[in-house]
Amino acid sequence: MKRLLTTAAIAAAMLGTSLSASAQSRGALRINEVMVSNDSSIVDDYGRRSAWIELFNANFAPLEISSIFITNDSTQPRKYPVPIGDVNTEIPTRQHVVFYADGEPNKGTFHTNFTLVPGQDNWIGIYDADGRTLIDQVIVPASLLPNQTWARSEDGYGEWAIRTGGNNDYITPSSANVIKDTNKKIEDFAEKDANGFGMTVMAMAIVFSALLLLCLCFYGIGKIGGAVSMMNKMRAHGVAKGEESDIAPHDSGEEIAAIVMALHEHLNAHDTESTILTINKVKRAYSPWSSKIYSLREVPEHRRAK
Amino acid sequence: MSFGDFLYNNLLQFWQLTGFANAQFGNFVMLAVGLFFIWLAIKKNFEPMLLVPIGFGILIGNVPFNAEAGLEIGIYEEGSVLNILYNGVAAGWYPPLIFLGIGAMTDFSALIANPKLMLIGAAAQFGIFGAYMVALAIGFSPDQAGAIAIIGGADGPTAIFLSSKLAPNLMGAIAVSAYSYMALVPVIQPPLMRLFTTKKERLIKMKPARAVSQNEKIIFPIVGMLLTCFVVPSGLPLLGMLFFGNLLRECGVTTRLAKTASNALTDIVTILLGMTVGASTQASQFLTPQTIFIFFLGFMAFIIASSSGVLFVKLFNLVLPKDKKINPLIGNAGVSAVPMSARISNNLGLEYDPSNYLLMHAMGPNVAGVIGSAVAAGVLLGFLA
Repeated sequence: MKRLLTTAAIAAAMLGTSLSASAQSRGALRINEVMVSNDSSIVDDYGRRSAWIELFNANFAPLEISSIFITNDSTQPRKYPVPIGDVNTEIPTRQHVVFYADGEPNKGTFHTNFTLVPGQDNWIGIYDADGRTLIDQVIVPASLLPNQTWARSEDGYGEWAIRTGGNNDYITPSSANVIKDTNKKIEDFAEKDANGFGMTVMAMAIVFSALLLLCLCFYGIGKIGGAVSMMNKMRAHGVAKGEESDIAPHDSGEEIAAIVMALHEHLNAHDTESTILTINKVKRAYSPWSSKIYSLREVPEHRRAK
Repeated sequence: MSFGDFLYNNLLQFWQLTGFANAQFGNFVMLAVGLFFIWLAIKKNFEPMLLVPIGFGILIGNVPFNAEAGLEIGIYEEGSVLNILYNGVAAGWYPPLIFLGIGAMTDFSALIANPKLMLIGAAAQFGIFGAYMVALAIGFSPDQAGAIAIIGGADGPTAIFLSSKLAPNLMGAIAVSAYSYMALVPVIQPPLMRLFTTKKERLIKMKPARAVSQNEKIIFPIVGMLLTCFVVPSGLPLLGMLFFGNLLRECGVTTRLAKTASNALTDIVTILLGMTVGASTQASQFLTPQTIFIFFLGFMAFIIASSSGVLFVKLFNLVLPKDKKINPLIGNAGVSAVPMSARISNNLGLEYDPSNYLLMHAMGPNVAGVIGSAVAAGVLLGFLA
C-alpha cells in the first residue's frame, strides 16, 4: 500500500511537472501587433495587402505553434487551426510571425480563414491545441484608422496603444515593437555610475547578504542539530529532561576515535565511511587474452658478448 | 601547361597552405607563451591540470594557416571540430559542469561547523569590484569591466561563464589571465599575507571545528542552493550545479554519480575547457593592447581580493571574543582558487608555528569564496546582461 502511494505521488508530481512545462511554453505566445485596414503596409507572398496579426514568442526557446487556434469569434475558439507540417510554424526565440487575416486559408499556412472588419471593435484570441485554453486575447478598437496598428509598447507585454507610423511610433510587422540599438542597462550604468562605486556598494551588499543569510541559517541548523544530539545523549546517559548534567555537547576527536576502535575490536562493526581497506587474495582464471606474454612486448635485454 | 609547371603550381599552392607561409610574428609570441605555460606546469608544478591543456591549446590555436582557404580548421570557423568543442565555452555550458564536479569533490564540513567563515568568502569579493572600478577608469565599458573584474574571484569557470555572456570578444584573455594568476597564487599571496599581519596574529590558534552530522551535510546543499539562488537567480547555472554535485556526494545513495561527476566528468570537461580556452587565444584575436590591460587588471583584482580577505579577518577579530579569534592567515583563502589558497594559509601558518595546522579552517573561506564569486558573477550578470 505504501509503495502504491509513493508511486502515485511520483506519477502525480511528474504529470504536474509536464503540464506546467507545456503551459509555460505555449503560454508565452502573445498577440503583439494588429493592423485591420492595410493600404500601404506590408504585402503578402502574392503581392496583396490585407489585415495582419503579429504573434510574438516571449519564450527564451523556440516555440512550435502548429495546431493552435486563431479566431475572431469567442464562440468559435477553433475557427482557424494553424496547420501542422510547416517548418515555419516554429517561431525562433523571442521572434515574431505575421498571419494575414484575408479569409483565404488556401493561400498558405499564414493566411487565416477570417477577416477583420474596419470601423468596429475586433476581438482576436489564440487558443491552445485543446481549443479550450485561451492563451492570449485582444480587442482592437473601432477607432483604428487605415494603416495604423494596435500594438503593445514592448514585445510580449506592456500597454496596448495605437501606432500611426510616425517618428518613435513605428509600425513593425515581423520585428520588435521597440527598436533597440544599445543596451539601456549598460548605458545607464555608464552614465549614472561612471566610477563603479554604486555597483560596488550594491553588489557587495548582495554578496554579503546572501552569505550572511546562509551563515545565519546554518547557525540555526547547527544549534538545532546540537540540541537534538544533546537530548539523545542525555537519554542514553539516563539523564532526565531538565536535570543538570556535565555531558559535553560534542564529542572530541579522541573520544570518537576511541569509540570507533572499541566498536571495531569488540563487534567487528564498521561505520559508513566510503573507503574500507580490505586485504583479500584475488584469484583470476588464466586466459591467453589477458596474458602479459601476448599483450606486452618484452623489454630488450642488452647482453655483452663474451 | 607542362607536367613540370603542373607540379610546380601544386607545390606552390601547398606551400601557401603551410604554417611557414602564413606565420606572423604574433604567432611565435603566442607559441612562446604556450611553451612557457607548459614549462610552468611540468617544471614548477603550477596547476598542471589547467596549464598543460591551456598551454597546449595555445600551441594548437597558434599554428598559422591560411584562414581564407576555407579548410574549417580554425576555432573561430563555424563547423570546424575545434569550433564545435569551443561551443561549450562560447555558450557557457562547460563551467557549470566543472562546478558540478567541484561540488561533488568539496567537503563543506569546515564551513558548516563554523558558518561565520562564510563572511570572509564574501569580503574577498572586493577584489572583483575594486578591479571593476579601475577597469571603468581605464575606459572599458561597464559590461567589459564586469567581465574582466571577475578574474578577482580567482575562479576560472566563473570567469569563463561570465565573460562568455558579457564580453565574448575578451573571453580568451580573461580566461588565460584568470588561470595564470590562479597558478601564481603561491607567488602573489604570501607577501601580502605577511604585509598585513603581525607576528602575534599569525600565531593565533583556532579551535578545532566541531563534528558535522550527515543530516547537516545533506541540508547544506539544498538550503544553500535555495537561499543563494533566491537572492541571485542569475547565479543558478553555477550555484545550482555546485550544490547539486555536493548533494550527490553527501546524500550517501548516489555514490556512483558523485564519483563520475568528481572524476571522469570533471576530467573530460577540464581537458576540453582548458584546450579550447588555450586555442581561443589566436594571435590575431589575443595580442591587442586590451589584453595587456586585462592582465594588469587581473593582477590588481587578485591583490585586492587577497588583501581584503586578510584585512576583513583582522576587522572581524575586533568584535570576536578572545577565545574565538580567527587567524588572519586564512583570509587570503576567501578568493576561490580551491584548494591552493587554503594550502598557502596552512603552509604560512606552519612556517610561524609548526603545530598550527590551518588547512581545515582555511577550507571554510575557500569554499565560501567559490559560492561568493558565483553570487558576484550572478549579480554582475543580472545588472549588466
